[in-house]
Amino acid sequence: MATVQVNGQDVTIGDGERLNCIQAAAKAGVEIPHYCWHKDLSVVASCRMCLVEMGDKKPDGTIAMQPKLVPGCQTPVKDGSVIITNSDKVKGAEAGTLEFLLLNHPLDCPVCDQAGECYLQDYSYKYGRAYSRMQEPKLQKADKDHIGDQITLFTDRCVMCTRCVRFTKEISGTSELQVVSRGNHAEIDVFPGEPCNNKLAGNVVDICPVGALCSKDFLYEQRVWWLKGANSVCPGCSTGCSIRIDQNKDVVYRLKPRENPQAQGSFMCDDGRFGWKYIQDEKRLRMPVVRTSGTPVEQAWDRVLPAVKAAIEESIKRDAGRFAAVLSPWMTVEEAFLLAKFVKSLSPDARLVMGPVAVVGEDDLYPKGLHGEAPAKPKFTIRAEKCPNRLGVELVLKHFEGEVISFADAMADVGLGRIESLFAVGGDPAGWVTPEQAAQLAGLRLFVVQDILASAASEKATFVLPGSAWAERDGTFINHNGLAQGIAKAVRGPGESRADSRILFDLAGRKGLVHIPTLRKEIGAEIPALAALAVGQLGETGVSITTSSVAVNGTGAGKPVGAAG
Amino acid sequence: MAISDKDVTWVEEPEMTFWEALFVPAIIDGLRTTARHVTGYKSVTQQYPEQRPELPMNYRGVHRLNKDDAGRVKCVACMMCATACPAKCIDIVAAPAPKNEEWAGRDKYPATFVIDELKCIYCGMCEEACPVDAIELTHIYDLVGTSRQDLTYDKEKLLDVFEQTKNSGRDPIRTHMGRLGPASEFESLPPLGPATAVPTGDKAARGVSSGVISS
Repeated sequence: MATVQVNGQDVTIGDGERLNCIQAAAKAGVEIPHYCWHKDLSVVASCRMCLVEMGDKKPDGTIAMQPKLVPGCQTPVKDGSVIITNSDKVKGAEAGTLEFLLLNHPLDCPVCDQAGECYLQDYSYKYGRAYSRMQEPKLQKADKDHIGDQITLFTDRCVMCTRCVRFTKEISGTSELQVVSRGNHAEIDVFPGEPCNNKLAGNVVDICPVGALCSKDFLYEQRVWWLKGANSVCPGCSTGCSIRIDQNKDVVYRLKPRENPQAQGSFMCDDGRFGWKYIQDEKRLRMPVVRTSGTPVEQAWDRVLPAVKAAIEESIKRDAGRFAAVLSPWMTVEEAFLLAKFVKSLSPDARLVMGPVAVVGEDDLYPKGLHGEAPAKPKFTIRAEKCPNRLGVELVLKHFEGEVISFADAMADVGLGRIESLFAVGGDPAGWVTPEQAAQLAGLRLFVVQDILASAASEKATFVLPGSAWAERDGTFINHNGLAQGIAKAVRGPGESRADSRILFDLAGRKGLVHIPTLRKEIGAEIPALAALAVGQLGETGVSITTSSVAVNGTGAGKPVGAAG
Repeated sequence: MAISDKDVTWVEEPEMTFWEALFVPAIIDGLRTTARHVTGYKSVTQQYPEQRPELPMNYRGVHRLNKDDAGRVKCVACMMCATACPAKCIDIVAAPAPKNEEWAGRDKYPATFVIDELKCIYCGMCEEACPVDAIELTHIYDLVGTSRQDLTYDKEKLLDVFEQTKNSGRDPIRTHMGRLGPASEFESLPPLGPATAVPTGDKAARGVSSGVISS
């Protein structure tokens, strides 16, 4: 065990931990300000904000300090290292560096989107001098709106930390962004006609410590101090990126990745980052609908739910083998459990079917090679399986049904008349049922649809139950790798839509309110493969369900567990 | 708890003197006051609305949105006023400034700017928060309307208030007449932050050239 002294305070660093001064100081609760250093990028030590005093404790107990300040990001610590960050020398260097960084900065905080989460602001307050001795006019560089479809560059706000340049080189591998010119004329730019449009481009906005790179989607929409965040999980693919949903007054404004080494690392892809707009779509289902002899009638929940329940019970009583419930891979584990348990409690013969699992193309691996080829050691993966919880729903199905019946098989059974009644849960915004399939399903004796968007199925169904999008409900998603993460309600759904767990909870006739941690405990106790959920609270980074219990492969959709890290 | 005897002081009513017992001097004194009111009357009631009150210069009335030299709205839609507003009566929707000659040099502008004058408590915090001196409170106090909508002032109405009041003398454009405020004037930023006192102990602050930094 190595011991490092930070401002006179001893910190123990674990064996095999390779830390630089910034990380070692963070362990001691001391912040070393920095701009260019980022955990997942290479070290350039160009911003000079992290200059600290560094020394060594000799075996005889004396401390020998180095005469010059050293950049903390570039200096690894070892046993006996001494870091000083609160001396006058260091404070003077910090104030001086900030003054230099602000020489050409326009100080247009009022119109800058980064204001409120800007490291220039924060560090100026904490370490800066609050005035400048610059007497020359500031350099004004033209804004570069052309830099990407999703990103825009306010060139004069840039402090040339080159995080974005290193990101496109090292994480996306696409190398669109470059530094052009030298000295204080240096600027970030793209090659003519080659904008930064890779699928990870949105991340450069997050890693930009100042307001230089801004998201066009979020530009001037809100001031960031109005946004309230909820920790959630991106449902775009089975990677299950940890994210934060930023909302104000029940309107989602942006998604930001949260760091989670078990899930995806520090980043997220643009498909997920900008692909949530459907939750505010006009086509969202807002009211429960009952269709009697072809005419849809909107009805209140307290009349619809008993009717649906009676219809399901009646179908199962008539012929349990001809009733099927379709569980969507967009459901949370809790919802799948509630529905499966409810159906099986009515009759063990009733069937549970896996909803369609959308697989689009191949897994997209980053960083890309010179010619766009996939890397041997991917740092980021956008998965082909475009649903968040295939694994979790499958585990529930295996427990209750013993096997996973695919949607295609179920549709074949519908064609042969072996299924007469269907309770289908949708949730896939890209659509989960073709018009032909919907027409086929419309001929059923009972067809209930619980979905978020109007679709071919919701136009034919006997009962339509408006569910909630993932940002509007609590629950658990299990990603491709068996990592169970909690999603949290950030906004209220439109109209009379209800959280799916609440609909199914009421349908199952359970008493009380839906409390997700309690449900998780129940699931953990009942399903051995999901025993890890018994902890109730999954924390910010989630809980891995043990590899042994998920070693069984799924229906063929997606990759085997553990493949392609 | 009962009051203990040692805390009680008994005071006797003073006895009236002979002249006091007559009551005549007191009556004469009262009549003299009455006579003074009859002869030297001075009204303190203001005859509003024929007579308008003299308001103090820092009176806070209806808001206005100032215009810059080019006639554009000064507001840069930073929403500091909406953030500072304790009554939450300001609603701004920002948009990127149009990319044309008229809006040259501006990044962001308010697409809509609505103040609910009925919700407003006229505290003046918006005025204080504004970094570009775009929103100011005027001396207009007698605003009337027949509906709530009438008193929900949008951008056009607020700019109208500016046109009404800018030359009235009572509501001068207090700072940076005709220009944007300090936060948007990049070329002429003062070498010293205007609101910042330079600590005397700071060696770096002692001027490189004389007269630039006075500590």
